Amino acid sequence: MIAELGLAVLWMAAALAVLQLVTGGLALRPEGRALAGLVRPVAVMQGVLVLAAFAALVTLFVTTDLSVKLVVDNSHSAKPLIFKIAGTWGNHEGSMLMWVTIMAVAGAFVAVIERRLDEPTLMATLAGQAFISLGFYAFLLFASNPFARLAQPADEGQGLNPLLQDVGLAFHPPTLYVGYVGLSIAFSFAIGALVTRNVGPAFARAMRPWVLGAWIFLTLGITAGSYWAYYTLGWGGWWFWDPVENASLMPWLAATALLHSVSVLSSRDALRAWTVMLGVIAFSMSMVGTFLVRSGILTSVHAFAVDPRRGAFILALLAIDIGGALALFTLRAGTVTEGKRFAFVSREGALVFNNVMLSGILGIVLIGTLYPLVTEAYGVKVSVGAPYFNPASAMFAFPMFAVMAVGPLLRWRQDRLTGDRTRRVSWPVLVCAVIAVAVFAGVEIVASGIGLLPALGLALASGLFPAALLPLVGRNLRRTPLPVWGMVIAHAGIAVSLFGMSSESAFSVERLAAMAVGETREVGPWRVQLAGIMPVAGPNWTALEASVSTRYAGGMPALLSPRAETFSNPPGTRNESALETRWNGQLYVVLGEAAADGRWQMRFWWKPFAPLIWLGGVLVGLGGLLALAGRVLADLKRWVARDKIAWRRMRQGR
Amino acid sequence: MRLLLSLVLLLACAVPAAAQENVPPAPFAYRQLDNPEQEARAKALMVTLRCVMCQSQSIADSDAPIAGDMRSEVRTRIARGEDPEHIRQWLIARYGDYVSYTPQVKPITWPLFAAPVVFLALAALLLRGRFARARPGDMA
Repeated sequence: MIAELGLAVLWMAAALAVLQLVTGGLALRPEGRALAGLVRPVAVMQGVLVLAAFAALVTLFVTTDLSVKLVVDNSHSAKPLIFKIAGTWGNHEGSMLMWVTIMAVAGAFVAVIERRLDEPTLMATLAGQAFISLGFYAFLLFASNPFARLAQPADEGQGLNPLLQDVGLAFHPPTLYVGYVGLSIAFSFAIGALVTRNVGPAFARAMRPWVLGAWIFLTLGITAGSYWAYYTLGWGGWWFWDPVENASLMPWLAATALLHSVSVLSSRDALRAWTVMLGVIAFSMSMVGTFLVRSGILTSVHAFAVDPRRGAFILALLAIDIGGALALFTLRAGTVTEGKRFAFVSREGALVFNNVMLSGILGIVLIGTLYPLVTEAYGVKVSVGAPYFNPASAMFAFPMFAVMAVGPLLRWRQDRLTGDRTRRVSWPVLVCAVIAVAVFAGVEIVASGIGLLPALGLALASGLFPAALLPLVGRNLRRTPLPVWGMVIAHAGIAVSLFGMSSESAFSVERLAAMAVGETREVGPWRVQLAGIMPVAGPNWTALEASVSTRYAGGMPALLSPRAETFSNPPGTRNESALETRWNGQLYVVLGEAAADGRWQMRFWWKPFAPLIWLGGVLVGLGGLLALAGRVLADLKRWVARDKIAWRRMRQGR
Repeated sequence: MRLLLSLVLLLACAVPAAAQENVPPAPFAYRQLDNPEQEARAKALMVTLRCVMCQSQSIADSDAPIAGDMRSEVRTRIARGEDPEHIRQWLIARYGDYVSYTPQVKPITWPLFAAPVVFLALAALLLRGRFARARPGDMA
């Protein structure tokens, strides 16, 4: 009953999306003005209905309804509740329903709270949102119905891949999806503004919070995903340039560029065409990512759906949406002027430089991800991995970091670094540059064996961190606006993360050892001893748990318990690593299999400053959050003030 | 009783592993070379070799038996003093280009290597176009 209800509600939501598209489109013409009042309520209702459909699917998973095909394929009655819920989106159909749900809810949200945008542009935006949603409704209803029943109910479900049964991963996809789909709002805004030829500061100010929100979710989603891979895959790697990781990185890069160009447009009325273009590209990258993951065209650790027919469907959607947007852009590009001009040495200049560099990295990641597909079409299988991505993206990233250190200190429009400005800008930046050079020299002298990229990374990060804090110098910290704090913290977060990445790749110590109980080994500054092995059992797994006593040079001993888990439904194994975190790094311990002579294969890594990688990611997200809070609070204040003025006027009888 | 339970559990855990690979892992699959310099060279090579049976993992990141065999092969050859690039070419001859995460420079990968250069040129062109006209004189 619930499954049929869910499907019916989903059809109704799709019908409302059609209505939203038609009324939104008609409302743009003078004769259709009367319909304008209908668009917002329809958008809200669409969001409510699709949310109900999603709730229905979650209910089916929670109650493990074994007559529903999706539940049978992806769940099991003995699974802990949280993974039953997470199982809802841990598969193709469920994740597409979640995609549509977030899209419709975001549309409803825009309809309810957006008041800055002029009415015609908002109508066009909501119509655009409905148009994109319709493609995905069609995909769900015709090619991947999540509510399909089985002719004969099954006795038991198939279960969920053990690697995915992890609390971190339960919330990783929803976070990323909010980010991907949040960018659809930016896309719809761009379309709306192109349709009504209304690209300007007001449009940018309306779009900024949505871009910022989506970007925060993407940042946190990527950070969490990387940490998940790090502690679950059991070999200490945290980024694999896996196509699925790249699929989340590409929208992030585009959204980062968009975020910065939106703020130029909103405060300086420059970069109009560029901002609209980035709005289109950012969501296009989300869709390309979805295509890569969902079509099963690339098989990877994350891919849990393999079905080429669906791939063709998404490819068609991709062509219609992106092609349509680009065609519209070309038609209207002539009427969207560039906006105000500015000099190279100016804040806009620095932002444009970094936008172009971000686009360069995006290009590298895109071509590196797609290239193996191209050669496979010619019958040659090649792999593109870190040895390509790292140096090629560093070519763009390192100059970008250097400009990032200076940009926030420059004035808008035009800056001359002479006179007073030398003291304010040139000298502090020079000090940071000297720090960077000193660190580089120090690293080369102390540890000459490390690669050029990690050494450069350490140096740049050391210079970038103090430089990121410079915008706060000379300000009254209590009166500094939240968005400035946000920028400072996010930029510092980039430096922190870069430092962690470089240090991890330069200074990690690896120790593989076959150990008998009682044996001791050295791992960098650590002494580790295998104290014992115990069998343990969880709700749906059994495991061997090693107890490893560890002691940092001169520090207190700590007990770690890495596990080798065995799952029965579906059968699989997972090495649950154990981590000991200190301020200066992380010890990573994994229990492998038993060797032939009865000893245990243990793996240890000492990763100096590795936790900074994710701490930096969290700081970047926090910076975004502060900026968003600052913008929203300013908006609220303005509304309250306007209402007060209106009320006073009314009282005075004017 | 507890000991018995442990034994049963131990056996239960050991069976799938034993069924998967009846052969014990190759000598250097899970053992590092004693010479740290050689081990570092082996590691640097291993992270750039793909585990051909896995999904997007290097042989240095994988539990798969074939990855273990390949690690052992790499370590043995490094210990013998072979050049890392030579080992890579040997593996490519055996498994194809797919095994190397470092793309090989060949006509089919030329566009891949041209891409950074093309993007840099495009970036320079874009920036030049944006700023060449923006002399202080024409700024309103």
